[in-house]
Amino acid sequence: MLRYLAKKLITLVALLFFVSITVFAVLFVLPGDPAQIILGINATPEALAALRADLGLDKSFWGQYREWVGNLLAGRSHHSIHYKMPVFDLIVDSLAVTGPMALMAMGFAVLISLPLGIYAARNQNRHGDVTVMFFTQLGLATPEFWFGILLILLLSVQLGWFSAGGFPGWAADPIGAFKALLLPAFALGVIRAAILTRLTRSSMLEVLREDYVRTARAKGLRERSVIYVHALRNALIPVLTIMGLQLGQLLAGAIIIENVYFLPGLGRLVFNAIGQRDLPVVRDIVLFMAAAVVVVNFVIDVAYAYVDPRIKIN
Amino acid sequence: MRRFLRNKNFTLGFALSAAVVLMAVVSLVWTPYDGNRMNARERLQGPSWAHPLGTDQYGRDTLSRVMTGAVNSIIVGLVTVAIGLTIGVGLGLLAAYRGGMTDEAVMRLSDLLFGFPAVLTAILITSILGPSMVNAMLAIGIFYIPVFARLTRAVARVVWEREYITAARACGIGEWAITRRHVLPNILSPLLIQGTIQFAVAILAEAGLSYLGLGTQPPHASWGRMLNEAQTYMSANPWLAIFPGLAIAWAVLGFNLLGDGLRDTLDPRMVRMR
Repeated sequence: MLRYLAKKLITLVALLFFVSITVFAVLFVLPGDPAQIILGINATPEALAALRADLGLDKSFWGQYREWVGNLLAGRSHHSIHYKMPVFDLIVDSLAVTGPMALMAMGFAVLISLPLGIYAARNQNRHGDVTVMFFTQLGLATPEFWFGILLILLLSVQLGWFSAGGFPGWAADPIGAFKALLLPAFALGVIRAAILTRLTRSSMLEVLREDYVRTARAKGLRERSVIYVHALRNALIPVLTIMGLQLGQLLAGAIIIENVYFLPGLGRLVFNAIGQRDLPVVRDIVLFMAAAVVVVNFVIDVAYAYVDPRIKIN
Repeated sequence: MRRFLRNKNFTLGFALSAAVVLMAVVSLVWTPYDGNRMNARERLQGPSWAHPLGTDQYGRDTLSRVMTGAVNSIIVGLVTVAIGLTIGVGLGLLAAYRGGMTDEAVMRLSDLLFGFPAVLTAILITSILGPSMVNAMLAIGIFYIPVFARLTRAVARVVWEREYITAARACGIGEWAITRRHVLPNILSPLLIQGTIQFAVAILAEAGLSYLGLGTQPPHASWGRMLNEAQTYMSANPWLAIFPGLAIAWAVLGFNLLGDGLRDTLDPRMVRMR
């Protein structure tokens, strides 16, 4: 197990190194001079040169890269050009929106997908199964941002139950903040539930054909006990893997839905920062998001090997 | 052919996607109105005989714009899958028959691309190159390279282990010729299935980028862009937010079902699991 862990950890560090180099290189060639954007088109060449030196933009590629990674490793936060505050604080503030939204979305996804997936597997090829599978196909085909817009149209514009967007802040209005995240989380969760339902169903079907399930039934166990105690626990392994991946992607990829609901989350922060050429913010957040995906994958790999020892041997 | 027609997924998927393709082809020669022509007197109208899907904030006919948007989506699907197939299949075949360091390099390159948040990287790429449909296709296509590379490598490695490949080698046929004549034809089915599914994903991805203003630029019609514009005016005309989204869901559902149907028919081992 230790050797497997060490191998995975080395891969993780190498991957993060390459991701950091790529992120830095991509942003290095991004057109638009941050100094020019800050000072405007009437800035004198001297003022531009002074600001470039101040921001460290006059250094070579490797000089800038070393400084960036060195600061990150030493735990020193970079400063946002636009917001004039540490990027670390900006990330923490936005995570207070994106984090709970991602968790709520996963909560919705699990609440919808597990019962539906189990139901579909138990009724394979019957009307109930076909109906569930049809709705999962619809879910897979529906753009989550369109579903988000439809929720606004119905529940905000027509019925007035929710605000159409914005976020009042946890401190100012905790209930309002929770309500503001409900619709986007539901939109994200329902679409993810479509994938998880299909996965739960196919995983359950596979497990229900195993010998130990037949043995459990032959022992005279109740069907409920066979399904929920024996089959579900094993069927959940691949489902949990995908859930972990989805959570990582939600932290990194809720950009569009945050734009639909005007939420000050991580995605919207980085989206605006790209437009404002706020390079310190973009660099740190892209690396954070990539690291979130890579680390979640690592944790899943390790957890998977822990649960299923055959993986280590392979 | 009868085998395909017996499969419900295939027939429904084929019908839905054929309707989208037909709509796109018809829109090249005919639309009810010029989709870009503004008409201030007919702004924000609901569905009527004159405008079956209503009009937008500039008085443009929604049906005509949905029809021309279909061309957009099909081009995006075709080009992105072509990018992924051309480069990804090449890399996958190379990794499969060379093995060793080449295989390792291709796989780690795939890991690197998979490690990036796709939406964010696509936004970065379109920001660097400038927002346009071509750059959006490039941004989506890049992420298809590792998808096809991994698939090709996996299935090609299985083919390389077959006895007829050993026989071909024994006959003195070169590795490149074996790849071209024996390996490639035998991996076409999974590539076709994956290509159909990625086609649907590309339609969704382009709609997302266009929604953010990074894909197709105005005045050209794009389903994602239409949804973005609709959000501002949907309290005045809710239909604006419904039809472009329905068009996306219709097209994606069609190509997804087509992919599933192809998989059921061409790879029957998968049916039991689904």
